[in-house]
Amino acid sequence: MIALPSAPAPSARRQLLVGTAVACAALAALLGGMLATWLRMRQQSIDTTGSWMPDGVEIPLVPANIMLLGFIPIGVFAQWAVYSAKRQDRSHTGLALGLVALLGVAVINAQANIYAQMMLPASAGAAADGTFNTMFYAITGVMTVMLVIGVVFSAITAFRYLGGRTVDREIVSAHAMYWYFLSFAFAMLWFVVYVTK
Amino acid sequence: MTTIDTHVTSTPATAGPGLASIGAWVTTTDHKRIGRLYLGSTAVAFLAAASVALLLGIERISPTREWLSVGSLTQLFALQRFGLTYLVLLPLMVGAAVAIVPLQVGARSLAFPRLAAAGFWAWLLGAALAIFSLVNNGGPGGGDRVFVDLFLLAVGIVAAGLLATVISVMTTILTARAPGMNMRRVPFFTWSVLVFSLTVVVALPVLIGNLLYLYVGHKFPSLSGLSSNLALDGVAGAAFSQPTTILFALPVFGFLAETVATSTRQRLRPRGIIFTAIGLVGVAVFATVIQSAVTLRPAFLDLSLSEKLRDLVPFALVHGLPLLGAFLAVALAAKGLATKPKVSAPLVFGLFAALLALLAVAANALAHIGDAGLIGTTFEEGNWLALVFAAVLATMGAVAYWGPKLWGPSLATKAALPLALLAFAGAALSSLALMVAGFADQAGGVFPSIVTGTEPIVAFDYSGPMTLWNTANAAGIALVLLAVLVFVALSLRTFIKGDAAGDDPWDGLTLEWATTSPAPYDNFVDVHIVQSAEPLLDLKPSNRSDA
Repeated sequence: MIALPSAPAPSARRQLLVGTAVACAALAALLGGMLATWLRMRQQSIDTTGSWMPDGVEIPLVPANIMLLGFIPIGVFAQWAVYSAKRQDRSHTGLALGLVALLGVAVINAQANIYAQMMLPASAGAAADGTFNTMFYAITGVMTVMLVIGVVFSAITAFRYLGGRTVDREIVSAHAMYWYFLSFAFAMLWFVVYVTK
Repeated sequence: MTTIDTHVTSTPATAGPGLASIGAWVTTTDHKRIGRLYLGSTAVAFLAAASVALLLGIERISPTREWLSVGSLTQLFALQRFGLTYLVLLPLMVGAAVAIVPLQVGARSLAFPRLAAAGFWAWLLGAALAIFSLVNNGGPGGGDRVFVDLFLLAVGIVAAGLLATVISVMTTILTARAPGMNMRRVPFFTWSVLVFSLTVVVALPVLIGNLLYLYVGHKFPSLSGLSSNLALDGVAGAAFSQPTTILFALPVFGFLAETVATSTRQRLRPRGIIFTAIGLVGVAVFATVIQSAVTLRPAFLDLSLSEKLRDLVPFALVHGLPLLGAFLAVALAAKGLATKPKVSAPLVFGLFAALLALLAVAANALAHIGDAGLIGTTFEEGNWLALVFAAVLATMGAVAYWGPKLWGPSLATKAALPLALLAFAGAALSSLALMVAGFADQAGGVFPSIVTGTEPIVAFDYSGPMTLWNTANAAGIALVLLAVLVFVALSLRTFIKGDAAGDDPWDGLTLEWATTSPAPYDNFVDVHIVQSAEPLLDLKPSNRSDA
């Protein structure tokens, strides 16, 4: 066997952060692809029938806007968690992570409220073109799943950190990055699905 | 960032008798085992999917000879396309990457090995569900609503599984390289896997998103176009065709450069240009993202200058640049062969695979020229088949090359070389025959729907020399099948009963040859410092052609 020179102790890795970044890139491609298909189908529908949304359907903008605004404090609290973790401040880190999770649940609740207010039938039946219905549930459903993953990520981060792994701060940074990504992703979705319609 | 993974905390999985051995394989986090699981499963999938392709080839020989029921043809075409793309082409490249990349970059394990293993099992589950649904009248054009739904779900699971494994491999390359191995020093194969991973991370989620639309649309029926059982072709067909599939075969070019460097025992130069060339092939990912065909309109020469430019610029980006990259990658590797290469089976496999891939990239550009009139013909299928077979040949070469690191013994070059020739002849015959038939207007498609009526009419009938080209296609597929079957048998015999090949049987240049054969559970005893792109060549001056 060939003897190459040996190295000193390996330097610190940032695998979790890089892995989260790659996963965020994949999720961005997922949502970006879905938004692109949404816009294409919307244009096709407008070209052929002159409309996109079914008659009588209205998207409640108040909860949609509240969802968007909710991401501002989420970003602040996620960064607060990173700041506190760097200072080894367990109580503030835990509080910040808890607030992120709580606001995440609130955003999910707002999405549920939108579904309840719209009462959009998933199955439009054989007499109606249900493309909007189908695509609305699919794309907002994907966003909701991504939010649920974010809340679970917050919970795991809090349990690990509060459980004593205070040296392992990388997960707190990765957690913050994931929520920043979600903020960006929801802003895109909000503009295309809720504002442009 | 040049670090190495030292967090190998789980104990090596020890093979025992019966259930214990199975349990060790099921729960393994050893990247070499995960890679072998991918390669083994894919070999079985290839034999099945290629057999279907052979049956379809025979069916197309004559319009009067109908071996297969017309009603099942749509499902069989779907099985062929889905099987050879997502159960063979992509997992072959993923499997080879998982098995080899950590060894090449000097890492002791994969990043997120459990994610990679979960990806494999998800892929296997999705593959089983997809085949089950197709057999039960599901899939594109299927008549059973439940199984059509199941097929969409299964393809999504397959894609998600492969994506999970690719994320693991990509993170390994970015974070677990040996000290001193900066990005310019990573081996050619690893570089091609990095570009491949980047493009797959972008391409596969687009497919998954479209499958979600289709699944919801089909599950909750309406007049929506998404509710049709044939909507897969229109909405997500691009993920089963070129140029997306070119991305899936990208490591073929890295493998060629790797084997040329080893065979000639020289520092293959210009390294930066070869890296750029491989990267240019990955530019085809833009075509996947925009989700629409980029073509030069018919009567292109009659267009005004501004209209010509409007067509030409995107065409040059998504078809021209990948073609330039593929050509440069092959040409620069071939230039390296000018200096007394030692002919070996991996080199020949790599060369043939890269030639097929180059043919496919060139054919893809041609297929998107409107005046060629090739859209909707079997030219696309021939092009796709060339890519699939390129990946198959490259993987056969990878098994011959890196077999000692994964199993211990090495395949005999004398036995493997004829198989390379046989497989290449078959691959070229089958794909070129379909391309020529495409020029003669034989109808084709990604998921062709077979027209049925009182008299069964199959869409691929045409008035040209149908028997000649379809016979050539079927014969070519049969030759590749035969070559793969013999290669698998040879590999099994060698790797089970063969003698150990030694730690460095090829006089290699890169880090994987600095460990034992087969490589231990955590790959390397020591963490190595890398001071050049060919760290082992630095230690073997007597072998240097440029010394």
